[in-house]
Amino acid sequence: MSIGTQLINLFAAVLLLLAFAMLAQRRVVSLIDLFAGQGLVLALSTAVVAYTTSQPHLYQSVALTVILKVFLLPWILHRLARKLDVRWEFEGLVNTPTTMLIGIVLVVFAFNLALPISEIASTINRSTLGIAIASVMLSFLMMIVRRKAIPQVIGFLSMENGLFFAATSATYGMPMVVELGIALDVLVGMLILGVFFFQIREQFDSLDLKHLEQLRDEQLARRAPPGLEDLAKPDRELPPETTR
Amino acid sequence: MTGALPGVVAAIVGWLAIGVLCILKPHDLRVVRVLFPAGAVIAVALAGIGLAALAAAPQSMVLPLGLPDLPFHLRLDPLAAFFLLLLGSASTCISLFSSGYFRNEEGAAPGLLGLQYHVFLAAMALVLVADDAYVFMIAWETMALASYFLVTTDHRKPAIRSAGYLYLLIAHVGAIAILLCFGVLQGGRGDYTFDAMRGVTLGGIAPSLAFFLALAGFGAKAGLLPLHMWLPEAHPAAPSPVSALMSGVMLKTAIYGMLRVTFDLMHVQLWWWGVAALALGLLTALFGVIFAAVQTDMKRLLAYSSIENIGIIVAAFGLAIVFQANDKPLLAGIALTAALYHSLNHAFFKSLLFLATGSVLHATNERSLGRLGGLIHRMPWVAWLALVGTLAIAGLPPLNGFVSEWLLLQAFLFTPSLPQSFVNMLVPLAAAALVLAVALAAYVMVKFYGVVFLGRPREPALVHAHDAGGLERAALLLLALGCVLLGLIPTNVIGAIDHVNAQLLGTSVRAAGESTWWLLAPVALERSSYSPPIVLVVIVGVVLATMIVVHRVWHGRVRRAPAWDCGFPLQTPRMQDTAEGFGQPIRQVFEPFFHIERHLPSPSDTTPVYFMRASDRLWTWLYVPIARTVEVLARVVGLLQQGRIGVYLGYSFVTLIALLLFVG
Repeated sequence: MSIGTQLINLFAAVLLLLAFAMLAQRRVVSLIDLFAGQGLVLALSTAVVAYTTSQPHLYQSVALTVILKVFLLPWILHRLARKLDVRWEFEGLVNTPTTMLIGIVLVVFAFNLALPISEIASTINRSTLGIAIASVMLSFLMMIVRRKAIPQVIGFLSMENGLFFAATSATYGMPMVVELGIALDVLVGMLILGVFFFQIREQFDSLDLKHLEQLRDEQLARRAPPGLEDLAKPDRELPPETTR
Repeated sequence: MTGALPGVVAAIVGWLAIGVLCILKPHDLRVVRVLFPAGAVIAVALAGIGLAALAAAPQSMVLPLGLPDLPFHLRLDPLAAFFLLLLGSASTCISLFSSGYFRNEEGAAPGLLGLQYHVFLAAMALVLVADDAYVFMIAWETMALASYFLVTTDHRKPAIRSAGYLYLLIAHVGAIAILLCFGVLQGGRGDYTFDAMRGVTLGGIAPSLAFFLALAGFGAKAGLLPLHMWLPEAHPAAPSPVSALMSGVMLKTAIYGMLRVTFDLMHVQLWWWGVAALALGLLTALFGVIFAAVQTDMKRLLAYSSIENIGIIVAAFGLAIVFQANDKPLLAGIALTAALYHSLNHAFFKSLLFLATGSVLHATNERSLGRLGGLIHRMPWVAWLALVGTLAIAGLPPLNGFVSEWLLLQAFLFTPSLPQSFVNMLVPLAAAALVLAVALAAYVMVKFYGVVFLGRPREPALVHAHDAGGLERAALLLLALGCVLLGLIPTNVIGAIDHVNAQLLGTSVRAAGESTWWLLAPVALERSSYSPPIVLVVIVGVVLATMIVVHRVWHGRVRRAPAWDCGFPLQTPRMQDTAEGFGQPIRQVFEPFFHIERHLPSPSDTTPVYFMRASDRLWTWLYVPIARTVEVLARVVGLLQQGRIGVYLGYSFVTLIALLLFVG
């Protein structure tokens, strides 16, 4: 096994470890740092792939990843967390050990799933496809179990990391246009969500998403269709025929 | 006539253009006063095209509109031409009436109404010339939506909104059935043009499935039992010209759809379909007329009367299927002629009556029969013209209603020649039911006319009622003339309808009978014949003779004196026979049909109020249970909506895992 492949496998393992760490981490600031770390590992592994297979266009992806995911997005998130004064996340519906166990099941599932695909792929880092799928799923899981808005957004962003990693390991990355598009999407999405955070907090004095649940019943009441049973009494607007 | 179909397309585009022009200045009444007559001119042209195309060979064209690879196929054949004639002639008068009728006060702005009205007309015309399921459904749904917005013109009243909602709901249920019907008819080939459907030979239960889907789908629009519920709600809610258009013309597009699917798109007709349609039609007719007899709102009364007439038309349609399936094309032709003739007649007299109620409504602001009366003195034009419509709908010779009902009865009288003994036994009952419905219709019309126009005004405010304006009078006059004309020249009308028979059944009624211009004998002279001119001459002669006798012999002997008051020293107009009083015998006889709420005052009551309401049992038996079931199901589905983002993400996650498991 060449040193490049070994390095890639090492980074992949670190990526998976970071995904689990993010799943368990409840301090928001540390979560953002872990996200930045994940971006860094992703960039490093992509750089190694680019070097060993001499794919120059991957260097551009590396640069983009470093700028966006290691510096820009974590910086925005840090600022948001400071301004909104979110530090801790309470434990959600599922406690942390259980979440980790579910995560392990997901990893096994992802490896099973990746097996037939990586046999077809001809890339040198095809064995890491399972890890890529696993990290996508772990991020998804994180979005499901978290209650606060910021960790959910971090889950969303790290899912994009997993997708990027999957693309590199299966086909040496997506076309540049697609990659740029996704990067821009993520950035704009982040900015819009930042605005939403402020709106949510102003409305409910908290970023806890459970307040959003109240919107549901009001909506139902407002959208109630005209009562069909009311029609059973014809001529309502006419006074009933009366004879005095 | 090579330019007929492009002419129809031009008319559709013209109506749409008028609609767009209407909306440019929505509140300017002058615009509406000019643009509606322009629409009427287009309608005249369309009627002319329809008349000319009846005898012409079918022609089709393809318009490069719509989705890629799905152009609009249009076709103009005698069947479509006949209904275009109906649409054009009825909407000419209705547009003329509307231009004088719409004002600024009624909910939506007149210009907006103009847009919806002309889109409605254009959609109906497009339905008639559509030659693939795609265009047909587009036009059909446009028609439903345009008429929905017209019904809810006065949308600020909650009762009108819910009437519109019910209409839209039933219209959509019907549209789904029609769509499924086309799905069955294309026979798995995936080609939805009507031409392809004509080429498909369906086997097994597929033809029956298609027929009953069509009957349900078009029946929902036509108002067949049990999907008639929207008619008595929507008609009182809609402005009168819209009611006239919906009842007179739109219901006929449903009849057109039934004929198109049954006789044109399918090759076989099974006799028991006809029996089912016949039974359903007669049941609907009886149901409609019995409910019409107990109504106290004049527009609801007419709505129920529309249900009755549609029932008669569908019964004739069913009879045509029975005959055609038993290979008796001549008799099938007579039944089909009766159905088409009655459609045309109904378009005229029902439009006339609905427009007359519109004039009464404008003059008195009153729809309730209990507060009208004596209007013949205040509104002689409307009253006398409405009398023509009333006599026609009651089926009195020499007007048009008599001819079609007579033809239908003739068709019934020939049924003993059928091979199915079971049908043979049932048909006399069916004929009796038809006669009962027709007779009760006459009763209902006596009630309608008598209570609204005759007697003395029941309310003091009625003294200030004014007659309709010039345009409205002209429209009513044209419709009344149409009723008379259609009654006087039945042989010519049947000659025109015969082209449709030739297309759908491959037979000609006219060649078989021994009819001349003044004598109608559909099968043979010795079996039956009817001569409207003779009837007219006799009626006019008798009336004149009576007048002469009265004037010459009894003249001068009239003596005016205080009447013996029969023990009632005080008599007020409120003591005249009321609508409820007139309908009471029917209510007694057919009591099981109704769900009656009644409040009778006790003798010691100082402010006695009598109150009675007869409503439809189908509400509580059919509609309310369905509505409840839907609500319960909706609540179960609503459990999915937790409001928590985590749960929603969980749904997508589980879906993703499941997909990966099964696909991957």
